[in-house]
Amino acid sequence: MDMMLKSPVRSAFAAAEEEGAVIVNIGPSHPATHGTLQVIAALGERVKRIDVHCGYLHRGFEKECESHTWHNLIPYVDRLNYCSALINDFAYCEAVETLMEITITPRCRYLRTLLSEYSRICDHLTCVAASLMELGAMTAFLYLVMIRDYMYEHLAALTGARVTYSYGRIGGLAHDLPEGWLARLDEILTQYTEFTDRIHGLMDRNRIFIDRTRNVGALTTAEAIHWGFTGPILRSTGAPRDLRKDAPYLAYGELDFEVPVGINGDNYDRYYCRMREMDESIYMIRQIVERLPDGPICVDDRRCTFPDKKLVYREIESLINHFKLVMDGPQVPAGDVYVAHEAPNGELGFYLVSDGTGTPHKVHVRSPSFVHMGGLPRLLEGYQLADIIPTFGSVNMIGGECDR
Amino acid sequence: MPNSAVFEQVTADFATLAQARTSFGILELAVPAAALLAVARKLKDAFGFDLFLDVTAVDWPKRTPRFTVVYHFYSTTHHVRVRVKTEVPEADPAVDTLTGLFGSAGFMERECHDMYGIVFRGNADLRPILLYEGFEGHPLRKDYAKEHEQPLVPYRE
Amino acid sequence: MSKTVPIRSVAADGKAVAARPRSAAFEYLTTKKDELVGWGRKFSIFPYPFVTACCAMEFMAVSSTPYDTDRFGAALPRFSPRQSDLLMVVGTVTHKQAPILLKVYEQMCEPKWVMAFGACATSGGFYQNYATLLGIDRIIPVDVYVPGCPPRPETVIDGIMLLQDKIARERHPIVTERF
Repeated sequence: MDMMLKSPVRSAFAAAEEEGAVIVNIGPSHPATHGTLQVIAALGERVKRIDVHCGYLHRGFEKECESHTWHNLIPYVDRLNYCSALINDFAYCEAVETLMEITITPRCRYLRTLLSEYSRICDHLTCVAASLMELGAMTAFLYLVMIRDYMYEHLAALTGARVTYSYGRIGGLAHDLPEGWLARLDEILTQYTEFTDRIHGLMDRNRIFIDRTRNVGALTTAEAIHWGFTGPILRSTGAPRDLRKDAPYLAYGELDFEVPVGINGDNYDRYYCRMREMDESIYMIRQIVERLPDGPICVDDRRCTFPDKKLVYREIESLINHFKLVMDGPQVPAGDVYVAHEAPNGELGFYLVSDGTGTPHKVHVRSPSFVHMGGLPRLLEGYQLADIIPTFGSVNMIGGECDR
Repeated sequence: MPNSAVFEQVTADFATLAQARTSFGILELAVPAAALLAVARKLKDAFGFDLFLDVTAVDWPKRTPRFTVVYHFYSTTHHVRVRVKTEVPEADPAVDTLTGLFGSAGFMERECHDMYGIVFRGNADLRPILLYEGFEGHPLRKDYAKEHEQPLVPYRE
Repeated sequence: MSKTVPIRSVAADGKAVAARPRSAAFEYLTTKKDELVGWGRKFSIFPYPFVTACCAMEFMAVSSTPYDTDRFGAALPRFSPRQSDLLMVVGTVTHKQAPILLKVYEQMCEPKWVMAFGACATSGGFYQNYATLLGIDRIIPVDVYVPGCPPRPETVIDGIMLLQDKIARERHPIVTERF
C-alpha cells in the first residue's frame, strides 16, 4: 500500500526554522486529545511553539442545516457538544422562538433550566473524568463515569436516548416527565454527593495532582478575554463572568446560586471550578424541583406546535396543520437573531438567519471550543511536553462543537 | 432591554458612520467595509466591548453585494452585545482583519475564509482550518452542492 | 482479517489441483487446533479506539461499569497500532481524517479486525455532505458493523460477541499442498 498519503494540513513552521528544537506531532488519533485534534509542538526542554489543527471532525453542520426544516435539524444541533446535548437543543430552540416571537410556558421554562443544569453536570463529569484518567487516576474516572451512567439511564427514561436526545422542540419540549422521574432524580443526586466526596478525597490535596496542575497553563483575566475564553476557563482566572447571572435567561433569574471563580487561572483552578459548578447545579436542580409549576409543556401556537394526534385523525384543520409542519417546516419570519446560553464550555451562541420559509437560510454556531483552540497556544507555550495533556484536558475541547 | 444607555451612546457616536437599530435585544450597526476596523477599535477602546464573539458571513446570491460579513462583540462590563454588519461584493470579498485588536479573531477569520472565501486583509495566516489542503471551493456558498465530495483517499473496490 | 489459504491449490501452469485426501485424524487435529487458536484470539482482543465523535461517550460507558468490556477480554486499549488487533472506529470519519485512518489501519499487524462503531462509521450516518466519508468501508475492510447513534452499550457488546464468533470460526491452515 502506498504510504505516501498527502497530509491534510500544512504546518505553520518547518523543522529547519527552529534552532535545536524537536518537532513533535501529537496527532489527530491520540488517546488524550478528546477526539480529533492535532497539535504540532516545537520543543526544547520546554514548548517553544504550538500549531493547533482542528477540523478533523468537520461534518458540514451548517450546510446540512440549510437543507432541513427548522424542526428536522434538531438532531444535528444535539451532536455539537455531545456531552451536554440538551443545552444545545434548548439554545437553538430559544433562538428560533425569539425569531418567531413565541413565549414558552412556565413549566417548559423550568424544565429546560433543570435539564440544562443536569446536562451541565454530565459534561463536567465527563471532562473531569477524562482529564483525571489522563493523569493516571483511573479510579476517579471509573467513579465519575458510573454516576454519569446513572444520569444517562435516567435521561433515557425521559427522552428515549442516552447521549444525544433531540428532546427540545420549537415552542416547548417533546413530552412531559414520566411518573417517578423526580423521585429517581432525588436518589441520583444523593448518590452523586457520595461519589464526588470520594473524588475530592482522592484528588484535592493529592501531592501528585497538585504538582501536575498547580501553576500549569495559567492565564490572567485580560489575556483570557483577549483570546476569547469564556466559561470555566475565564472564571478560573478570577472573573465572575457567567451568562446565567449577567444576562439571565430561562428561569435563572429566579434561582439562588453562586458563580465559583478561581485564583490563578491554572489547571487546578479549572478542575475545582468545574467541581464547584456541579455542586451549584445540584443546588439549582433541587430549587427547581420544589417550585416546578404545572401546566402544558408546549405553547399553544399552530405555527410550531404539532397538534394532538387524536385531532389529526379527526379534523381536517389539524391534519393540514400537521402536514404543513412536517413537510414545509414552521414558517419563521425573515430576519436574524443571536441567542447565547452559558454552555459548560462557555458562551454557546446560535446566529440564525431566516428568509421567511420553513428551512433556514443560515444556522451558525458560535462554539466556545473553537475559539478556545485559537487561544490554546497561549496556554501551552512555555510549559513542558507532559503539561500539554492536563492543560488540554482542562480546556475541554469537544470535537463536535469545535469543528461543527 | 438591558443597558439601553450604552446603546444610545454608541448610536449617537456612530451616527455619521453607521446605521443603527436594535434587534431582539442586540444593537445592530451597519457599516461600510472600509470603516470596519475603526468601528471595532472604537467599540473596544471607548465603549468596553472587549470580548470578540464571532465573525461569520451570509451569502445572498441574488443580491448585490453578495456577502454580508457579520461580527458580534460582547461587553464584559455592561453585559450587552453589539452586532456589526458590513457588505462585500463577490468580485472583491475583502475586509480588514481584527487580529490586531483581538487574539481570538485569528481562528474565526480562518473559518470564514474557508467557508465563504472572505479575504481578511492583514491576516497572514489564512490556511484552511476546517477543510483540508487541496479542497477547492467554498462550501457554504449557495452555489456549492452539498454532496460534492473531494476525497483525499481513493475508495476501495 | 487473516488471509486464509484455500485447501484446493493451484499448480504452476494455472490449473486447479484437487486436494489430497487427508485422514480423519488429521482433520480432527487441525479443527481442534483452529478452535484453540480462535479461542485464544477471541478472548484477548486489544482494541485501538480510533475515537472521533459522540460515540466516544458510549465507548467510555461500555468500557466502565456496569457494562464492562473487560468481561469479554476486550478492555485494555492499546494506543499503538502495532500493539493492537481490533480497530474500533468510533464516530464520524471525515475526508480530512480518512488518510489518518488508513495510515493507522495499514500500520496494524495481522491478524487484525475492524469494528465500525456507530451509524457514522458504518455509512456516514445522517451527515450526507461534502465533508463526511460515507462509511469507513469505502477505504478499509470492516468485520462488524454496530448500528446506533450512538449505539447503546448492550449493542456494542453484542457486536463484540459477534466478532468473537467470527474470530472463532476462522480457519488457520498451516499445512498446505506445498508443505
